[in-house]
Amino acid sequence: MRGKLCPVSEQDQILNEVTTSEYKYGFYTDVESDKVPPGLNEDVIRMISAKKNEPEWMTEWRLDAYKIWQGMIEPEWANVHYKKPDFQAISYYSAPKKKQINGLDEVDPELLKTFEKLGISLDEQKRLTGVAMDVVVDSVSVATTFKKTLAEKGIIFCSMSEAIQDHPELIKKYLGTVVPKTDNFYAALNSAVFTDGSFCYIPKGVRCPMELSTYFRINESGTGQFERTLVVADESSYVSYLEGCTAPQRDENQLHAAVVELVAMDDAEIKYSTVQNWFPGDAQGKGGVFNFVTKRGICEQRAKISWTQVETGSAVTWKYPSCILKGDYSIGEFYSVAVTNNYQQADTGTKMIHLGKNTKSTIVSKGISAGHSHNSYRGLVRMGPRAVNARNFSQCDSLLMGDRCGAHTFPYIEVKHPSARMEHEATTSKIGEDQIFYCQQRGLGMEAAIALIVNGYCKDVLNQLPMEFAVEAQKLLAISLEGSVG
Amino acid sequence: MLEIVNLHASVDGQSILKGINLRLGAGEVHAIMGPNGSGKSTLSNVIAGREDYEITEGDIRFNGESILELAPEERAHLGLFLSFQYPVEIPGVTVSNFIKTAINEIKKARGEEPMDASSMLKKMREKMDILEMDKGFLSRSLNEGFSGGEKKRNEIFQMAMLEPTLAILDETDSGLDIDALRIVANGVNALRSPKNTFMVITHYQRLLDYIVPDYVHVLFKGKIVKSGDKSLAHDLEERGYDWIKKEQE
Repeated sequence: MRGKLCPVSEQDQILNEVTTSEYKYGFYTDVESDKVPPGLNEDVIRMISAKKNEPEWMTEWRLDAYKIWQGMIEPEWANVHYKKPDFQAISYYSAPKKKQINGLDEVDPELLKTFEKLGISLDEQKRLTGVAMDVVVDSVSVATTFKKTLAEKGIIFCSMSEAIQDHPELIKKYLGTVVPKTDNFYAALNSAVFTDGSFCYIPKGVRCPMELSTYFRINESGTGQFERTLVVADESSYVSYLEGCTAPQRDENQLHAAVVELVAMDDAEIKYSTVQNWFPGDAQGKGGVFNFVTKRGICEQRAKISWTQVETGSAVTWKYPSCILKGDYSIGEFYSVAVTNNYQQADTGTKMIHLGKNTKSTIVSKGISAGHSHNSYRGLVRMGPRAVNARNFSQCDSLLMGDRCGAHTFPYIEVKHPSARMEHEATTSKIGEDQIFYCQQRGLGMEAAIALIVNGYCKDVLNQLPMEFAVEAQKLLAISLEGSVG
Repeated sequence: MLEIVNLHASVDGQSILKGINLRLGAGEVHAIMGPNGSGKSTLSNVIAGREDYEITEGDIRFNGESILELAPEERAHLGLFLSFQYPVEIPGVTVSNFIKTAINEIKKARGEEPMDASSMLKKMREKMDILEMDKGFLSRSLNEGFSGGEKKRNEIFQMAMLEPTLAILDETDSGLDIDALRIVANGVNALRSPKNTFMVITHYQRLLDYIVPDYVHVLFKGKIVKSGDKSLAHDLEERGYDWIKKEQE
């Protein structure tokens, strides 16, 4: 353990990890200052890199990204409207020391009510709200067992900061190969200033025996403003990765620009599930997180990448988890539920780039708009000149609640080989008063009725989530739409 | 059980029910007949608590208490069930999930423990046997792609599962062939008991050959214009509604 005197036993080490907030975020305490002044320039980037004790090649990589970013302009094509962030007003490095909160009675009661509805245990509530707590033996033992099992299989699962230190060869080889620094404005910015994130490597032929979740990495449960995730599944391996949390996450950082890269080598399979519930702003549309994310995976021969997302949070979402189907017979899937309520705006979808022969992709997108919100599906299916017999099936459904919201669909299709086959289905529907009355007549209250109808509508996507996650996501959908009808 | 007193109801300012008086005792089966547009479906919707209707006068009492101020689900919690004339589709929600949710919401409202999964399944099997339904039915999306007959059978199945004390059957016979009609009627008859009351709304006498009513009422232009025993239904079958219309003019 860096920067700290390390207790001897394994048990003590974990206790220390759990109770030490600095370590929790993967930051080191050997640099005096824990916050850099607002603004972005080469010195700031050098400083971030230095604080993280990074090797020279990483610093250069960041600087290169910064130069690229300087030459780029913020994209405006998305169907969202917001005040552009002032990039010189943001502080790009702050070791997030948690405020000491002594008990749940000091926490926003609204937040606690939501926790209760989600069925989150008291201990978990404390963890999420940053209440100082005694170490729960259970979660420690879970974490220990977890780490041991992974190590036995040769699986690497650690923070990006640790990976840069401990596995530089893997990082050098794969970082930025799927989402290059030049990819887009926010990806370039992320490449220059990312502070942490997760790294995961599954060796050849290994089937990861459990869902990998940042939740289990107790020491790194915090999410940075510019998060960087890299998952590499070597040949014939399998991993299911869970990102995010159903509990509402409040954050003072307005701008979040994460990058996620997935590499699925020959015959590998990656299943990546996300539940995103960042603070959406209040009912009048004030505040809330801007979530500008670049997520992309590359599939080699016969590989498969499956994205599943449940997006309920953020004031503005701009996110297109995509698959490059490079290898022959590779498969890409995208299952999405995006909910917008009040004044939220979401522009989300996917890109399926078919390069190899006999590649196959499936897109199932379920948008739900309520209140004054706007919800757009934007998807590209491209079948290249070598993509013989490529196939795609897309289904994009929109559900409207009330008459002040908007649902939009922007499908883009580019086909360069005559043997390609594409199917696109789209529907728009409203939750009918008839449906609600029918449920009420059978004894369901208004909110139970809406929850049931919405969950039915999203079933094809929720079924893709790991069981426990799906149950939580169902409750989350109901909560997100509370008060949206009637 | 159910008392309707001088009930007036309108929709969009148009008066539809114009002073209905009815008293349904425990264990009784009442048939409400009448030509199209006489207000039969309005009556069932108003009793179930649909919001689109405005009660301008009168009262509806269930077990002696007025239910006018109660939300539809609160009426359901008291034991009121409506078999819909046109059951809606709820995609992605299976029949079994829907029924399980309904039963447990009602139990919750009554302060009872939820029903465990094995008793639920056992009960579902039992009721499905009576209604000659296929097991695969349970995992289908509610009413989605159901034939007219399947929808009606599903309504009666839900009724059998929820065991209401007052069931209103709104044109349950419409769209049913003779075999389906017999099966559905069997399902209803299996539930008849000295404690349960039925209000059977129908256009045709046919259903009443299978579900034999204790009383028959004729609804015309928003009023009950004739009441009698089941022979009244036969009269209507033979003579149509025209003589009623003439009598009223």
